[in-house]
Amino acid sequence: MFCHYIDFIDYILLIRAIVGPTNPDRAVALDAIGINLMAMAGLLAVMLLTTKFNDVILLIGILLFIGTIAIAKYLEKGVIIDRDVD
Amino acid sequence: MIETWIKVLFDLIIIICLVSGTFFIFSSSIGVLRFPDVYTRLHAATKASTLGIAGIMIGAFIFLYFEHGIVSGKLILGLLFVLLTAPVSGHMISRAAHESGVKPWFNNKEQDAYSTYKEKTEQEG
Repeated sequence: MFCHYIDFIDYILLIRAIVGPTNPDRAVALDAIGINLMAMAGLLAVMLLTTKFNDVILLIGILLFIGTIAIAKYLEKGVIIDRDVD
Repeated sequence: MIETWIKVLFDLIIIICLVSGTFFIFSSSIGVLRFPDVYTRLHAATKASTLGIAGIMIGAFIFLYFEHGIVSGKLILGLLFVLLTAPVSGHMISRAAHESGVKPWFNNKEQDAYSTYKEKTEQEG
């Protein structure tokens, strides 16, 4: 029941991810979309009376953190992994 | 008889946790839509979403414990992971925005004060 509300506001956040004026706006919108996906998985586990979404929630969290930090380093430096031997 | 009332009490606790978590996530998404700047959007999307995830995960944990008898440590681990890493990712995105030259949002009075301060520092420096 609450999954439908969170699904609706995911479509709202997609508008911000497409029509953000700058690139950090799109990064913020993607971060918020990932957190909403975690909440959707938790509510779906309550709805369907199952325990198989617990791994999915943790995996979405880890991948979201790695992706957000990679996008932030790309926006800051232009290069994610430097190969310069300093 | 008393088991029925205990079940009703824990259903009420689960409902309160899930509704409050959904409300905070909804408010954070409305903030990401309607705030005028990158930094205010980060403030909305980082604080309120953490509280919403905490409510939903605690509700799902209590539900699984009283429905299946399962103590699911993965939900608490995901909650702690989000609670530790959402401020870090928000700080990284805000630092990237500041380094790549995104101007913060001002109203008119602050804009005049900022422009006069900038002219004064440029003349002195």
